[in-house]
Amino acid sequence: MSEIAVGDAPKKSKWSMVDKDPYAMAIKDIDLSHPGIWQHNQFLPFMERLRNEDPVHYCEDSAVGPYWSVMKYKDIMTVDTSPHLYSSEPTIGIIDSFEEFALPAFISMDPPKHDDQRRTVQGVVAPANLKELESLIRSRAGVILDALPLNQELDWVEHVSIELTTQMLATLFDFPFEDRHKLTYWSDVATAIPGNGIVETNEQRWAAIEECLAYFTRLWNERVNAEPGNDLVSMLAHGEATKNMPPMEYLGNIILLIVGGNDTTRNSISGGVLALNENPAEYAKLRADKGLIPNMVSEIIRWQTPLAYMRRTAVQDTELSGKEIKAGDKVVMWYASGNRDEESIDRANEFLIDRPNARQHLSFGFGLHRCMGNRLAEMQLRVLWEEISKRFDFVEVVGEPERIYSSFVKGFSKLPVILHPLK
Amino acid sequence: MVKVLFVEHDGTQHSVEVKPGDSLMQAAVSNGVPGIDADCGGSCSCATCHVYVNEQWVVKTGDVNPVEEAMLSLSTDRKENSRLSCQISLTEEMDGLIVNTPEFQF
Repeated sequence: MSEIAVGDAPKKSKWSMVDKDPYAMAIKDIDLSHPGIWQHNQFLPFMERLRNEDPVHYCEDSAVGPYWSVMKYKDIMTVDTSPHLYSSEPTIGIIDSFEEFALPAFISMDPPKHDDQRRTVQGVVAPANLKELESLIRSRAGVILDALPLNQELDWVEHVSIELTTQMLATLFDFPFEDRHKLTYWSDVATAIPGNGIVETNEQRWAAIEECLAYFTRLWNERVNAEPGNDLVSMLAHGEATKNMPPMEYLGNIILLIVGGNDTTRNSISGGVLALNENPAEYAKLRADKGLIPNMVSEIIRWQTPLAYMRRTAVQDTELSGKEIKAGDKVVMWYASGNRDEESIDRANEFLIDRPNARQHLSFGFGLHRCMGNRLAEMQLRVLWEEISKRFDFVEVVGEPERIYSSFVKGFSKLPVILHPLK
Repeated sequence: MVKVLFVEHDGTQHSVEVKPGDSLMQAAVSNGVPGIDADCGGSCSCATCHVYVNEQWVVKTGDVNPVEEAMLSLSTDRKENSRLSCQISLTEEMDGLIVNTPEFQF
């Protein structure tokens, strides 16, 4: 997210786990970091085996080097809330950035710099601000939904998930509305692995990132000379902790806010439709009681876990559930696994929109790096589902979803649906 | 038993009685007091059980601990009497405690 992934990752490399039997291989050879099993939706049994048999697992040999996988809810909580033992520097992605490509941002900083920079922009997504945004989001969601054709196949990802989150992002940045699709492109590029269909080479990727920097530099220059506004660019340009940031740090934080506000909610919007289709009894509960929507939103975010992991780096030798972790080791918290941990979450492998304690999931992380935009994400999803429920009886998935080639951004590139209006 | 009064931002009052040793957060959640989300379940790592302690009770409820301080410092609604309610363990001396809940949790 705050880094440029480097190195081509061919889809069927020697590292791929695709179509392998997770229970037939040596446990040491399981490698969750390789994107293939995520794209092919085969990751669940791999995670289940590690949770049950080796919940703090060392993968010695992978395309991204050796790393620890933390699979259980409680262990993830321990790592996430111990920044003095598990640092967010140099990066929270599993691939170490090449120095020349490194984009610093507060997600990959420790206190106190993290705290200062984060505080500068936090206000824009603070709940008090969101209250004012809600009616705008509702009207935009309505416009998007009303424009969709009924009773014929369309791609929910393109027409709803991307459209709504991109419009929201343009609003938060006060970004020129007609250029808003650039935000989607830059967001996709920032987390893309060359060869996955978004960019083919690292040069192409870097060119897009430079275009993003140039665009946002122009916006910075406009706003630094104007009165402070309540958009993210103005806040960064005028904030004490951020106004003297080097350009690359500005870019890193911009990309963090773009990806954080875009990929994640987008994929939860798509994931919710799919989950309701796969669990018709839950869809029936929703039709019967719209009051379940706020609780369902939390359950969708748990179920989707739009960012599968966050990585930390051990700052000293330490011990986690009996395993000895050495200073410098990469430690990956698999939120996607902790959210399915039966020991901490009752009936964790069932999608239940009326689940008690639905808010107690790992998708936003915990501790100092807990998702800054969590309330915005929940509000967008809630408003969208309220508006969907006013119009459609059934958003029917009519074909195989296409998933993203990434072990980090867990989501969809295509979800064919047919909309059935209320009777 | 310890009696606690929660006052919502709009003035709505909720009086609850709990046993000593429970946290203030548990007192709210187990009695259905709205406005306390407690997403992390009480491990001081989400700041969604934020309350404002009535000034008369600030001393008796103790000091903000360093981890709590770190989480609270990220909240835009932080005030001098801010506490995370999961970090206050109720004692007999706190009988009659009054806290306000914020309009929004983090």
